[in-house]
Formats: sequence, structure tokens, C-alpha cells
Amino acid sequence: MFEEYLSLFVKSVFIENMALAFFLGMCTFLALSKKVDTAIGLGIAVVVVQLVTVPANNLVFNYLLKPGALAWAGLPDTDLSFLGLISYIGIIAAIVQILEMVLDKYVPSLYNALGIFLPLITVNCAIMGGSLFMVERGYNFGQSVVYGAGSGFGWALALVALAGIREKMAYSDVPAGLRGLGITFITVGLMAIVFMAFAGIQL
Amino acid sequence: MKTKELLLDPIVKNNPIALQVLGICSALAVTSQLKQAVIMGVAVALVTGLSSMMVSLIRNQIPNSIRIIVQMTVAASAVIVADQILKAFVYDVSKQMSVYIGLIITNCIVMGRMEGFAMKNSPVSSFLDGVGNGLGYAVLLIFVGVIRELFGSGKLFGFSILPLTTEGGWYQSNGLLLLPPSAFFIIGLIIWGLRTWKPDQVEKE
Repeated sequence: MFEEYLSLFVKSVFIENMALAFFLGMCTFLALSKKVDTAIGLGIAVVVVQLVTVPANNLVFNYLLKPGALAWAGLPDTDLSFLGLISYIGIIAAIVQILEMVLDKYVPSLYNALGIFLPLITVNCAIMGGSLFMVERGYNFGQSVVYGAGSGFGWALALVALAGIREKMAYSDVPAGLRGLGITFITVGLMAIVFMAFAGIQL
Repeated sequence: MKTKELLLDPIVKNNPIALQVLGICSALAVTSQLKQAVIMGVAVALVTGLSSMMVSLIRNQIPNSIRIIVQMTVAASAVIVADQILKAFVYDVSKQMSVYIGLIITNCIVMGRMEGFAMKNSPVSSFLDGVGNGLGYAVLLIFVGVIRELFGSGKLFGFSILPLTTEGGWYQSNGLLLLPPSAFFIIGLIIWGLRTWKPDQVEKE
């Protein structure tokens, strides 16, 4: 049991890294990786949101949308899975909003540190992608908690690593046309190759 | 603005991927085969066009404070339609593309055009602007898809173009191009090319 969760966690952090293996959340990944500080703030926000939304969407899928999921309400033949996309995005938006209010009230220091990043997370495809992968692979509730934490952490790790590289890169002499976006893409490509080295690991 | 400008400007002059850095997630993931790239490009162009048009139709009724949620619901509905159509007509491709169709919802191009253009313009020009931006995205996607499939596996749309050595031909395939990281390199180099061609796009630091 514990081993299974551990292996799922390691797999979702390194082997199936959201940013480097599935290219999710790239817009924010490229736009907000100029400084390590901001990267850490955004990384924490993503881990927290992912940890809450993936299990929440897991419950929604299993008890409302799955074919036959409404049996408890006396509707065993209903299949609402076509409503999946719109429900997940609604739930993500709602949870981000609630999280924002809760943090503002109880942990104002963290709220101020996260600032603008929290609302932006709604449109981060890593979050949506986490929920969609969870549904596609049929994780149960426990697995979805672990997967949420792992995938969020993996994304944050890649973001902070890229920010570190880009801070150093400010001192290098990059050809004019490659400056900014171009060289960042190539750097991320190299990072993705490095992360592919984890692919052979069996746990 | 003129129809032609609305449609064609986003393709080269103001390409959503190369210049605005929008919607890269799916651009990288679906380009290892040309067929997927074409379908994805068409799907995004239609979703962006339709959802921009719908948002523009109701733009005077949307309260400002909840506009993001409204836009997202509109986009999600358009994507569900696209998803169901793909499942009905090209089931195997839609299985291969798995979550990336659903992720059109969070594709920043869709949100960006609704927020940046459709909220202020008439339905017809919003539709054209959406389709134009979707096409700009599709062009880049197809370009990357051609490079990756042709040189990675010697095929286009699954038909053999360069006969592989493993099948008795002469072309030694480049396996790197089928792996995820190659997409980053190709797009990075495309951006370099575009910016050398049009120097005003170079970033200032």
C-alpha cells in the first residue's frame, strides 16, 4: 500500500513530469521563470491547488459523472461524463477562489506572497491536466491525493530549476534573435532530455 | 479593421505562439505526427473562433466581475462540442490525443482572444480574429509536425516518404525528433528564424 503510493509519487514527480514530459502549464512556466523568488511562490501555489483540486475532481467524477455513478440517487443508467470538462474547470475555478479567501483570512503572509499567482492558476493547464489524467487513468481517491501532490511538486521543481538557470543565463552572450523566448525554449528542451534519464527507473 | 488583416496578421506578423507566447502546451505535445497536429490546429481555430463570437454576442450583458468565469464556461462548452465531434468521427486519433483536446479550454490563446478582443468588438470581427489566431497556431503546429514526422520516422500522414533503413530504404531516421524534447528545440529555432527575419520582434532586456 505505502510502496504503491511512494512509487506513484516518484513517478509523477520525475518520470511523468507535468512540465517537461507532458508540456503542461507552459505559458506560466515560460513567463514566470525569470526569478527564483517568484518561481518558488508560484510553485507553492501550484502544489497547494493541485493537492486540493485533483482529489475534489476525483470525487465529482466517481459520485456524479461516471456512467452509473448516480445510482445512489436512483438513476443507475445516467452517464454524465460528457459534462466532465465543464465541471472540472468550474470546480478548479471555485476552489481557487475559496482558497484565495481562506488564505486571505487565516494566512495573510502566504496570501501576500502568492499575490497575483493564485487567480492565474485557474488557467494553468497543469492543474486541468492533472484532473484529466486522473480521470483517464482511473485513480481511486487515495491515489488521486498522491498524484495531485506529486504532479504539482514535479511542476514546481522544474519551474524553480529553470528559474535558476535563467538567472545565471543573464550573464551570457546570447545571439540577438534567440534572446528571451528562443533560448528559454532550447534550455527547457535540454532539461527535458535530462529528465528523460529517469524514464528507465522501475520502483 | 479589415477582414484580411484580422485573418492574416496573426499568422506571421503577430503569431500567437512565436510572439505572444500563448498556448504552447499543446503545441509541443501533439506534433510528433502530422495528422494529430492538423486535427489539433483545426479544432483550436474553430473553438477560438466560436467562443470569441459567443462572448462577443453577450459582451454587453456580462457583469465585469464575473467575466472570466463566463468566458471559461463559453470556452468549455465549445471544447465539449469539439471533443464529442472528434470522438464520433475520428475516435482513434482522439484517443491518442487523450487529455490535450480537453486542455484547449485552458489554452491561453482562447482566453486571451476573448479577453483581449472579443469583449470590445462585434461578433463577426471577433469570429475572424479568433479563427485567424487559431490558424496562426495551426500553421506553426503543422510546420513542427512536418519536421518531426518527416525526419523522425520518414513519413507524412503515415505514408512513407523517405524509405527507412530498417525497411530496406536509405534514410536513417532521427529518433530524437520523436521524443518530447525535440519540440522545444524546433520551436526555439523557429522563433530565432522569425526574429532574424523580422528584427522588431526581438526582446529587449
